Amino acid sequence: MPANPFNGFQDLGVGIGLRIPHYRHILERRPVVDWFEIISENFMVDGGRPLEILDQILEQYRVIQHGVSMYFGSTDPLDRARLKKLKALVRRTRTPWLSDHLCWGSVDGRYTHDLLPMPYTFAAARVAARKIREARDYLETPIAVENVSSYAEFHASEMTEWEFLTEVVEQADCGILLDVNNIYVSSFNHDFDPAAYVDFIPAERVAQIHIAGHSRYEKYILDTHDHPVIPPVWKLYARALARTGRAATLLEWDAHIPSFDEVHHEARKANKFLDALTARA
Amino acid sequence: MARAIMRPMAGQGMSRENRAAAEALIKPNARLTSFERLEIYNRQYWFRVLDCLYDDFPGVRALLGGRRFQRLATAYLARHPSTSFTLRNLGRHLPKFMQAENCPVVAVQMARLEWAHIEAFDNASRPTLTAEDLAGRAPGQIRLRLQPYITLLRLDYPLDSYLIALRGLDRFRGEASNAVEDSTGTRRQRHPARPPREPIWLAAHRHRNVVHYKRLSRAQFKVLTMLASGKSLGAALGGAGAKAPVQEWFQDWAALGWFSLR
Repeated sequence: MPANPFNGFQDLGVGIGLRIPHYRHILERRPVVDWFEIISENFMVDGGRPLEILDQILEQYRVIQHGVSMYFGSTDPLDRARLKKLKALVRRTRTPWLSDHLCWGSVDGRYTHDLLPMPYTFAAARVAARKIREARDYLETPIAVENVSSYAEFHASEMTEWEFLTEVVEQADCGILLDVNNIYVSSFNHDFDPAAYVDFIPAERVAQIHIAGHSRYEKYILDTHDHPVIPPVWKLYARALARTGRAATLLEWDAHIPSFDEVHHEARKANKFLDALTARA
Repeated sequence: MARAIMRPMAGQGMSRENRAAAEALIKPNARLTSFERLEIYNRQYWFRVLDCLYDDFPGVRALLGGRRFQRLATAYLARHPSTSFTLRNLGRHLPKFMQAENCPVVAVQMARLEWAHIEAFDNASRPTLTAEDLAGRAPGQIRLRLQPYITLLRLDYPLDSYLIALRGLDRFRGEASNAVEDSTGTRRQRHPARPPREPIWLAAHRHRNVVHYKRLSRAQFKVLTMLASGKSLGAALGGAGAKAPVQEWFQDWAALGWFSLR
């Protein structure tokens, strides 16, 4: 399923995150890149240079929006002023879908600016699904929710994370941004089999896949996005693709960012897996 | 849980209240206790928000020194946690907070300048004033508005030069997706000498999307302040003094696109 209703029926290939240290390289050299993912919040501003840069990028490249502050899992209602800004950005970028995380991060209007795991309960799933539907209806754009990496599990949980993700996306009738690195990180931190996760989720809803690197400590793994993708995550990616078919794939590299060419080279390793699928087909 | 995450890190770890919250909410595993798992989030929260203030207020940090700045930032964030979806607004209340905390005047004024820098970087711009907008109108009827990205500042020290020496003016904020920093990073740099007392008048603004600090004379500052407060062009010019080359000033400011009609 190269394209589905959850990604606007787009088969985009392999993208990379648009990051500040690479602006000059991209604007001056115009490298061939399938698409860029932007962090919506970095461009939800009223004026100035961020929007100038974005417009220059949009002249040349396809851009997909990815958010970090929708907090579908918070009980706070969706912030209408924020949604209005987001919708203006959606119109500017013409993103075929947008994604944000299945998490919480704000309480009573106070923001942690983190992507906090939710208790996997039916009540929490209903809250998140309702907010995803509300956001999608307002933004008039397909939404995909991303599984987060986590370091804590709650006593209150009534199901596994993959059952919870499935419950939410089916109630909301939305897409999944499947982050296979996050699955790997959480599988180590919570002692579960990452393959069970990938094998369970509704593959037909996967709009996009994230790959990334992380930092391993003695007792836990921290999702730092500051290393190349490790072989077990590539293996998990291949397993996911075997279920989803060709899916738009994005490499995240957000800290200690190397040269554009190095990041792009790492991202393009995904083509080996995508091409193998095409060859098999 | 949010309260526990946003409570300042104390010494070697979190408080007793946080231990109780962790045990009530979070499962331990074979390697980490409930408390240790919560502590990961607490640490990441504080690294993230402190890092943001370090990046946005390097001048205040240089003037106060690293340790004092960290104490100030921690107290500020405990009183003013983020209420915006974007970290861009995190330092909005810092100048007033510093004033209330009786911080040195030079540091409070630096906080104002650094917040003005953020506003100049990405605040909205309105359609600029044209000659046609003014045609046939008496100065007493014209009310101009300064662009939202402009902040007028009267400072007791030449902090613009200090800040320019401290850092380049071209900067961006970037938030990353689902990524955490593994430390606040230790930044050591040589600071310029603390500026001597010398009053200046300043407009923090942007031109061609680059932030600039433009020095003003006292009379220019007065005219612009009057316009910004809604006084008519005629009244503002009246405040400049008879010999002031106001036409020259306005040509300069209009060329920079500073005005729109109210």
